[in-house]
Amino acid sequence: MIAQPEIPTNEHRAEPESAAGTPRLSVRELRHAFGRNEVLNGLTFDVRPGEVFGMLGPNGSGKSTAMAILSGILPLQDGRLLVDGTALTPNDRRWREDLGVIFQSPSLDAKLTAVENLKLAAALYGIKGADAKRRIDEQLAGVGLESRAKEPVGNYSGGMKRRLDIARALLHEPSILFMDEPTAGLDEASFRRAWERLDAMRQERGLTIILATHRPEEADKCDRLAILRGGKADLIDTPQALRERISTDMIALVADDLEPLRDQIRERFGLEALVDAGELLIECEKGHEIIPRLVEAFPEGRFKSVSLRQASLADVFLKITGFALDDDQPAAPDGSEAADA
Amino acid sequence: MHKGAATYELGIVKTMWWRDMLLLYKQRSRWLGVVVQPLLFWFMIGSGMTSVFRLPGVGGNSSYLEFFYPGILVMILLFTTIFASMSIIEDRQSGFLQGVLVAPGSRVSLVLGKVAGVTSVAAVQAALFVALSPVAGLPYAQIHWIALAGTIVIGCAGLTAMSFVIAWTLNSSQGYHAIMGVVLIPLWVISGAMFPVPVSGWLHIVMYFNPMSYIVNGARLAMSPAGVPMPGISPLLTLVILTLFAVAMTALAARVCRR
Repeated sequence: MIAQPEIPTNEHRAEPESAAGTPRLSVRELRHAFGRNEVLNGLTFDVRPGEVFGMLGPNGSGKSTAMAILSGILPLQDGRLLVDGTALTPNDRRWREDLGVIFQSPSLDAKLTAVENLKLAAALYGIKGADAKRRIDEQLAGVGLESRAKEPVGNYSGGMKRRLDIARALLHEPSILFMDEPTAGLDEASFRRAWERLDAMRQERGLTIILATHRPEEADKCDRLAILRGGKADLIDTPQALRERISTDMIALVADDLEPLRDQIRERFGLEALVDAGELLIECEKGHEIIPRLVEAFPEGRFKSVSLRQASLADVFLKITGFALDDDQPAAPDGSEAADA
Repeated sequence: MHKGAATYELGIVKTMWWRDMLLLYKQRSRWLGVVVQPLLFWFMIGSGMTSVFRLPGVGGNSSYLEFFYPGILVMILLFTTIFASMSIIEDRQSGFLQGVLVAPGSRVSLVLGKVAGVTSVAAVQAALFVALSPVAGLPYAQIHWIALAGTIVIGCAGLTAMSFVIAWTLNSSQGYHAIMGVVLIPLWVISGAMFPVPVSGWLHIVMYFNPMSYIVNGARLAMSPAGVPMPGISPLLTLVILTLFAVAMTALAARVCRR
């Protein structure tokens, strides 16, 4: 009899991702319920070393809950976590020392200064003396807060707090970074700058990033995206491949009585159309040729506005799940995400 | 880079303690208020009560002010722990504690760090208050300093851990305020802080189950020869019971916040 080597998981082998080597992080069949409300219902995904992996879904889709479980804030009810192919619990010290977390609301004490907040974060990871000072200076410079380092954080703007929180989460040089809606409240310049730093860290140290977001522009920064629906990953692919799932052009019509209009357009033009947030969205090829035909086909004044744009990830999400990203998902209101507005 | 478990456990205790020390320094006026307000309370109620209050075997005008002083000390400890623990609720949902919760150190260390921090804050306030005790007719020479310090530190550790359990379990500021008003403050009132507990009846029975009675008893025995001790509870037994309470509450706190 030949001794079988221990196989970590069957599902793991079956994943197409395993072709790219051992995933940095594998999440298997994560389930979680708040009382009778099932928020996660078998969430499964793999994250490759050094990639930016996004969980895309509206508030209530369970992405914050998944992060809270994986970072050990919420107890693990059901499911498994594998790090570099080894099964771990989220309590495992080796996992936790490699992990940095940026929360929806910054984990800072507003009465203390930036330097004091970072000193406390250093102490938390046993970083002392000159090493602590060097890292704090480095991080403050990295997020451009050196000149206001001695001010109480309570005086900071939302964007500054967010930047300081990124510095805090990176102080112990984690190799995996969780980010829950990380750039909410950041202006365009800070957004770019934050991502430039994170990209540099990926190059230098192979930092792996997992983020939860409902912002299409943030989802575009990901190497791969998981579309969350019904507490599981409906589809996992690159943003480009997801976009290719729908035709490239979107025509957005603003008008009264959108539903009859949708039916008429379907009938007369054979075009697929969706009603969302007061707009009728028509996906098509060569939208610039269709628009004149549409306008001529209906009486004057039927449309309040007609616009043409490229399909965004928000359109893709709507098409795949039937939910809009900026809606709260009614099926699974999630307490831990209620604070996010 | 991997470090030993002890580094992270000490790290989390140090972080929690250090933060409370920084806040004590920054919010000096707020914490001073927690001493001054009970002091006024002591002076007004004490002055008014002196005319009607007579302790068996003790005379003189200052007797109620003297009697009430250790009771007010315990009120300061209680207010300090209540206010310092209230922040846990918001901190955990959307503030500083989130980062602590994902750090490698254990939840036991988190509780120990919080207990150490709040107890240190309370000890500073208690020291300020005790420094004024000659004003209340309690000269330094008659204070048993070791017993008093032991009562303050151990009693405060138990109160902090208890407040931690309440704050963590309720996870709502309104609920915490309700418990404070309906349970904690009444327990202080019937602890023997304001009046000697009658030697029979329900108050007498409740007294033995009320942790604050032992803190009042310990403080009173250490500060004042005029104190009326709890029958059958010696100074040593008081400290033993307070220690057991503190250990039990710390264990319970570590349990309610476990992962």
